[in-house]
Amino acid sequence: MALTVRTFPDTGAAAAALAAAGSRYLGGGTLVVRQANEGDLSFSTFVRSTDPALKAIAVEDGRVRLGAGVTMAAIAAHPALAFLAPAAKAVGGPAIRNMATVGGNLFAPSPYGDLATALLALDATVTVGGAAVPIDLFLAGRERHAAEIVEAVAFAVPAAGAFRFRKASRVKPKGAAVVTVAALVATEGGTVTAARIALGAMADRPVRAEAAEAALIGRPLTAEGIAEALAAAGDGLDPPTDAIASGWYRRAVLPVHLGRLLAG
Amino acid sequence: MAKVPVQFTLNGSEKAEFVESGATLLDVLRDKIGDTSPKAGCRQGTCGSCSVIVDGELRLSCLTLAETCEGASIVTTAGLAEGGVLHPLQRAFMDAFATQCGFCTPGMIMAAKALLDRNPDPSRDEVVEAIAGNICRCTGYEPIIEAVLSAARSNSISAA
Amino acid sequence: MELRKTYFADERKDDLHEIGQPRPRSDALGHVTGKTAFFADRSFPGMLHLKMVRSPHHHARIRSIDTSAAQKHPGVVRILTAKDVPHNLYTILILIQVGPEDEHVLAEDKVRWKGEAVVAVLAETERAAQEAAAKVEVDYEVLDPVLSIDAALAPGAPIVNEHHGRNYYLYDSGEARKVRFGDVEAGFAAADHILEQSYASAPIEHAPTETTGCIVVPEGSGRFTCYTNTQAMFFTLDNTSIILQMPGQQLHMVGGTVGGGFGGKVDVIVEPIAILGAKLTGRPVSFVYSREEEMQISSPRAAEKLVIKDGVMKDGRIVARHVKAYIDAGAYSRHSPYGAQKSAAHFPGPYTIPNVWVDSHCVYTNRTPSSAMRGFGVTIGDFALEVQMDKLARLIGMDPLEFRFVNAYRDGDMKAHRQPTEGAALVECMQEAARAANWPIDERFMAMSSRTREGL
Repeated sequence: MALTVRTFPDTGAAAAALAAAGSRYLGGGTLVVRQANEGDLSFSTFVRSTDPALKAIAVEDGRVRLGAGVTMAAIAAHPALAFLAPAAKAVGGPAIRNMATVGGNLFAPSPYGDLATALLALDATVTVGGAAVPIDLFLAGRERHAAEIVEAVAFAVPAAGAFRFRKASRVKPKGAAVVTVAALVATEGGTVTAARIALGAMADRPVRAEAAEAALIGRPLTAEGIAEALAAAGDGLDPPTDAIASGWYRRAVLPVHLGRLLAG
Repeated sequence: MAKVPVQFTLNGSEKAEFVESGATLLDVLRDKIGDTSPKAGCRQGTCGSCSVIVDGELRLSCLTLAETCEGASIVTTAGLAEGGVLHPLQRAFMDAFATQCGFCTPGMIMAAKALLDRNPDPSRDEVVEAIAGNICRCTGYEPIIEAVLSAARSNSISAA
Repeated sequence: MELRKTYFADERKDDLHEIGQPRPRSDALGHVTGKTAFFADRSFPGMLHLKMVRSPHHHARIRSIDTSAAQKHPGVVRILTAKDVPHNLYTILILIQVGPEDEHVLAEDKVRWKGEAVVAVLAETERAAQEAAAKVEVDYEVLDPVLSIDAALAPGAPIVNEHHGRNYYLYDSGEARKVRFGDVEAGFAAADHILEQSYASAPIEHAPTETTGCIVVPEGSGRFTCYTNTQAMFFTLDNTSIILQMPGQQLHMVGGTVGGGFGGKVDVIVEPIAILGAKLTGRPVSFVYSREEEMQISSPRAAEKLVIKDGVMKDGRIVARHVKAYIDAGAYSRHSPYGAQKSAAHFPGPYTIPNVWVDSHCVYTNRTPSSAMRGFGVTIGDFALEVQMDKLARLIGMDPLEFRFVNAYRDGDMKAHRQPTEGAALVECMQEAARAANWPIDERFMAMSSRTREGL
């Protein structure tokens, strides 16, 4: 079937249209138009919403709300989102960042999804299909959510210096991830009181490194303090092998990059 | 096949076309309008050969659907020379041997223009960052970086 | 850029108008204005799009092909299988008598690599061609694949290509292209040290920004204009003439503008089938590789395996070099028998060694056919040889650059494949490299020349 585009001024009507078989939501196009170009025949209808709320960025009362249609470039340019800029700038080149959206990044297959990895560390909430879903749950079941429309993500502004992001790629400045690591670490009197660590390109989607998080509690962010966390970083993971790196290599270098993120 | 009307300006001139729904901006520019300066190198968003400027922003025309460009202002490399006078970037790409096979060149010039339009005096790192989404397999990039820096210098000289 | 005029000063002419002067590229203006016409920068009314159904298996027998559902798909104009191709069995180098013909334009009885072309679908739109291609049903009996040089040469290995009957190319010299010079065993017997090392490389894709393709237009007089980005216009013309059994004057090839080639566009793959499609439908046909096809289907540089054994004296002279080279052609010859032959001639490297023994094998595996790429047959060998040179220098405790001066070829030296050396400039290149890199070497090496063996 020939491709068609259905455009709606509001997200609710678009969501209803998306329920039809063979439909795919069109955000920035960097994932779904690519799929169509590459001969993916599993869909023939693009559904899009031109609702301006999808493009809105709000930073109020210590909370950030990013519309799903907000681009990487818009995040990188926003003065109140400087902490998140490294993650937004890690996505693609300038043209991709002008197009790729927050909502799309949540669905990006490994080794893509650098912003989603950051949002996982930030413990974001995803508004999808009218419900607020914790990002851990959203990512774990994201295939199910592909038939719905993500409206926004929200998270608390992290304390100064608490959020860290690092991407290792073979080609600089633009290259897909060998591994992406993001962490939200709270410390008190030099020791860690809470930690969320998210890993990109270590599975088919961003995942938490929960054993490493637990191993950080009560420890200082020193070489000795993080040693146990680094040793546990790859626990339970079977990283993918692709054109960028082998699974073996990803597992081998993960502690190096996590170490630089935490104590570098 | 469903056709939809779309209007935009291309390099300053009005275009109105009936396009196939779902057609990419790249295909409409090349096959309908006949501006073949944007190239199809990958149709994946990874090579940058199809780069155009839409409403002042660098975009990949292979991943942009034409009907999402209603009312937009689109600039391509084919529209850069004015009255037969080359744009400083075009001149600099020739002089610095920044073009070999020529396939990446129109996209590369668009990426460079998007940079210089908002940052007329970029650093070398800023140039590298600006063309990071554009692949060149011939030059090794150095002559391209030099051309963009040289175009920026010549711009600032002519502005002075 | 500095032009150093002190080397070969007596051979230099300074009254040249072009050499040594910067000149703009003749095509640069077209490139920077976007006006250069690449083959795909043309579209024609009624143009059909060709999509290829490809083998999902490395090695399989084709039991049957059913195109009936695809034929009925809306927008499909014509479907091509092996029986539509007049002379379906070909090999590119048959033009210079390097046979046998070993490759089908469209697969007949077997597929020998994952990605081999089986059925061509011509449709009104790319999308319709993709959809119809998905409806072609091919019944395969999957066979054991041979996926490495070692597996191909193992006793009892499955035969990859029946047209050769064995998993290597049979040269007139036998199982390998051979170079025999001096007495290599006597050289090893006299050597102070012997070093044997193995080197291996993986296939390398050229990844041009413009993918392989062509557009063919029937001219109404039995003549076809083929706009192509081939790097090998006359190979393409002549092979297409053989495959389609059409005289050359009916085939008008237009090209010369290539969006990056690097050797990756010298095979004759897209043009014959696109011209056949245009002939059988009477309509223009576009056959352009997707990026995925460019990366997976177009031929890469061959994987190689090299075993190099050298005998060296304490004073730095290499007195014997023994090389076994294995070039992975993939499933079909393409240009690889020539690449392997070239490697045999090259293997002593730019060094004068009195005793040389080389066997270069062209090996068939169920991998993507490899072919030309910048210096193919030579580049990987040079990598291995220069690593080997560094190891030899370390073995005898000599500076690696000085070690190369001792062995560098000079004008008049006989190369192992019986070509006298002329126009050598390795000594001078190394002298300049030593200066540029501030690499200290003994003065006696700085006084050497490629023209004489003085100082050795």
